[in-house]
Amino acid sequence: MPQDIQDIKDHARLFQDPEYQALLQCKQTFEDLPSPEEVARVAEWTKSWEYREKNFQREALTINPAKACQPLGAIFAAVGFEGTLPFVHGSQGCVAYFRTHLTRHFKEPFSAVSTSMTEDAAVFGGLKNLIEGLENAYALYKPKMIAVCTTCMAEVIGDDLGAFITTARNEGVISRDFPVPYAHTPSFVGSHITGYDNMLKAILSTLTEPVGRTGSNGYINVIPGFDTYMGNLREIKRIFGLFGIPLTLLADNSDYLDSPNDGTFHMYPGGTPLEVAAQCLNAEATFSFQRYTTPKTLEFLAEASGRPTLTARPVGIRGTDEFLMQLSQLTGKPIPAELEIERGRAVDAFTDSQAWIHGKRVALYGDPDLVMGLLSLLLELGAEPIHVVVTNSNEEFEAEARALLASSPYGQGATVWGGKDLWHLRSLMFTEPVDLLIGNSYGKYLWRDTGTPLVRIGYPIFDRHHLHRYPTYGYVGALNLLNWIVNTILDEADRRSIIPGKTDISFDLIR
Amino acid sequence: MTTLKSTLKEETRKIVTEVLETYPEKAQKKRAKHLNVYDEGKADCGVKSNIKSIPGVMTTRGCAYAGSKGVVWGPVKDMIHLSHGPVGCGYYSWSGRRNYYVGITGVNTFGTMQFTSDFQERDVVFGGDKKLAKLLVEASELFPLAKGITIQSECPVGLIGDDIEAVAKRVSKEIGKPVVPVRCEGFRGVSQSLGHHIANDTVRDWVLPIADKKAKEGSLNFEPGPYDVALIGDYNIGGDAWSSRILLEEMGLRVVTQFSGDGTWNEMLLAPRVKLNLIHCYRSMNYICRHMEEAYGIPWLEFNFFGPTQIAKSLRAIAQRFDETIQAKAEQVIAKYKPQSEAIIAKYRPRLEGKRVMLMVGGLRPRHVIPAFRELGMEVIATGYEFGHGDDYKRTTQYIDDGTLIYDDVSGYEFEEFAKRLKPDLIASGIKEKYVFQKMALPFRQMHSWDYSGPYHGYDGFAVFARDMDLALNSPTWDLVKAPWKS
Repeated sequence: MPQDIQDIKDHARLFQDPEYQALLQCKQTFEDLPSPEEVARVAEWTKSWEYREKNFQREALTINPAKACQPLGAIFAAVGFEGTLPFVHGSQGCVAYFRTHLTRHFKEPFSAVSTSMTEDAAVFGGLKNLIEGLENAYALYKPKMIAVCTTCMAEVIGDDLGAFITTARNEGVISRDFPVPYAHTPSFVGSHITGYDNMLKAILSTLTEPVGRTGSNGYINVIPGFDTYMGNLREIKRIFGLFGIPLTLLADNSDYLDSPNDGTFHMYPGGTPLEVAAQCLNAEATFSFQRYTTPKTLEFLAEASGRPTLTARPVGIRGTDEFLMQLSQLTGKPIPAELEIERGRAVDAFTDSQAWIHGKRVALYGDPDLVMGLLSLLLELGAEPIHVVVTNSNEEFEAEARALLASSPYGQGATVWGGKDLWHLRSLMFTEPVDLLIGNSYGKYLWRDTGTPLVRIGYPIFDRHHLHRYPTYGYVGALNLLNWIVNTILDEADRRSIIPGKTDISFDLIR
Repeated sequence: MTTLKSTLKEETRKIVTEVLETYPEKAQKKRAKHLNVYDEGKADCGVKSNIKSIPGVMTTRGCAYAGSKGVVWGPVKDMIHLSHGPVGCGYYSWSGRRNYYVGITGVNTFGTMQFTSDFQERDVVFGGDKKLAKLLVEASELFPLAKGITIQSECPVGLIGDDIEAVAKRVSKEIGKPVVPVRCEGFRGVSQSLGHHIANDTVRDWVLPIADKKAKEGSLNFEPGPYDVALIGDYNIGGDAWSSRILLEEMGLRVVTQFSGDGTWNEMLLAPRVKLNLIHCYRSMNYICRHMEEAYGIPWLEFNFFGPTQIAKSLRAIAQRFDETIQAKAEQVIAKYKPQSEAIIAKYRPRLEGKRVMLMVGGLRPRHVIPAFRELGMEVIATGYEFGHGDDYKRTTQYIDDGTLIYDDVSGYEFEEFAKRLKPDLIASGIKEKYVFQKMALPFRQMHSWDYSGPYHGYDGFAVFARDMDLALNSPTWDLVKAPWKS
């Protein structure tokens, strides 16, 4: 009897029981799967250079891409504003997927509505759905702002959001002064980072329109980008606090995606207050921490505000140094002593751990800005990036990444694979093995297939808890990244020296 | 007692009316038809269903693509399931449902991979057929052991008028493997339910003819037996199909086909050769069962493997379709597991007795799991389907009590309000709802994915189910929510 009341087995152990193993054997009679020899032969072939070449000849098929589609980024940006309801115009399945995906990563509620377009809307357009949808959403969810974006369905049939929203206002469904920023976010253009940019620009242009430029108010804007580390947003606020610089985080979704449990569901926790965001053209300057995620928003702010727009990546020691110096130069304020102490601690940790990381060959993948930050960190630790895969890449990013790699002796062995996917990476890892893999949860399949230890950094992370609550920015963030990397390497060292009497001669207590 | 019951019923009706008040008039009128309080003895739950969701609300529903790719076709493990269109649909549905399978992923099985044509603007403008033809060949070359490919259409494919059927036929000949085009664009129908139907129809039109041809040629390589059955409509979430299959085999039946959890192309070909189709998720797979009944004369039987009472009842009903040997063995199986189930109930019932549950899921679960809760002493006070039809609500009447609140396609707003007013002890629903209720300090279990646990089907699954309900309800963490200095 497989179940023992004192020790109930779930799937992880139950199916290893002999009864179930026999069952699975029996099932094979009907499966007609290829013979084990054939499977082994093909499995070996998929690890070969020949397979790699064939794999890289692919022109039409994408397998396991490291990117999502535009509206996901758009709604992620939207919930960074006070009382804002993301409203997705199109087929309803998309919103179910976005909400599920974000919820699985953050383990937080994510509220977004759909206009639930079906066949009739495909023929006649979605105007009726949009008008009814705005009326219902407003009545039920009492938002301060509704941020509208599209799915590919609405884009293909050519729905005109601007005209539709105007019609909705004319019909009195929503008042004339109620903000309804909108962005066209076709899923067949760009990726989730494009959607972030489109929505953020739409929100900022809508909110600033009635206010405009009235002169500097001494604030600095920071745009986090598609940054899923809520700890980063808190860290940015803390750093600005230490400097004593007034900060406006544009799209501050830190409370929304990391809210306290106080026994009540709050639909719109936190967010950049709308009146604060409306003042963003009057800031001294704007920093974006994700250059390739925010080009249109930065262009809009540069033009509309006439103030400097800067990009920075406060990742690792150097990245943080540069950002703090930029900030100090811009504001004339000295770098706070406390941050210098933190820097010293982080550097101390780097020197303590570097021996375990130095010369380690690393494969990594993710969004362009995330990868740039990680490359910088790896190079300053003496790790050697080898395979750099960015599915949603562009030429500018690739040039910047190559230049960074060329600037370090540790970057010489790296290749930047723009536009490639994780099945390409699998071939790369089999033909040119590495010691460490850095990426999101989807990397666990590469970990399984190649045996390369995985450090989970990026989005989505479904299978480890709470990582998004930590910062990866600043010196504190550098310490976290170091911690995750070095301790993964040490876990692997233990795993490899675990067999008693065989490999455990180096099963060391002290490392 | 009757008075108390009818007072409670009246109160629930009042709650429904109050919750509806927030809606604008038109929406209120529409939503009122989907909410009801069940009157015992009625033939259905008194709610409208399978109707378009109203725009602008938080519906939990998915789309036809989700129904086809995520449920019916996706779990067929030795085929490549291409998400044809832009990158998103394939990305979000990648490994999302825990349809367990045995195989070497990327070599002979492909269940946890994402294949997409990653449509770009030019594909939408010029059509995606050429790209499709090319990538099908690329896939067949890179994955020579794949038994076939399905094309899961996303919204743009249907809107731009691509002829994926023509491409499928042509490329299938070229690569010598079946290619099945599935018109499951997300805008079709009102929920994932139409995707199930469309996917079933493609099995009828693109798979069974091949099975028939092979049977005629004698190339199926299959000796029929008197006790052959197919296990249909079990997606093997957390291994459910296995903890079900073991019981069928123990009672002497031969499970020839698992469709689709852990299923293979060959098992699908064998399906029309069985003596009886056993269907767990009626909603997603009744269509193909009906077809096999008409075309092949194979009878089908719905069963429920949640909780020992329903399992025993189902085992007996299944055995009735066979001879005395099987009937005797079924009794042996029931007897064998009786002590196990009794031990589980003895351990967990005292901890769960009297707890009130609100359910909202898809497929069969809004009704089938109720007896399992009941066996643990729990009461389901409200239930509803994401994408049920009238026949689901009829079937539900066998499972619910008088006065149960019924909500069809419940919106986020309604669900929250009902929970606030009815004050259940546990909510059992999906990931999108989970954290909303946990923020209300309400214990929760995901009933789509078994909250990463499972199996919940069968006797072994019931043990896990009981354990999980206990850990959800009786976790000491709920007592931490309120700070001690707040009175």
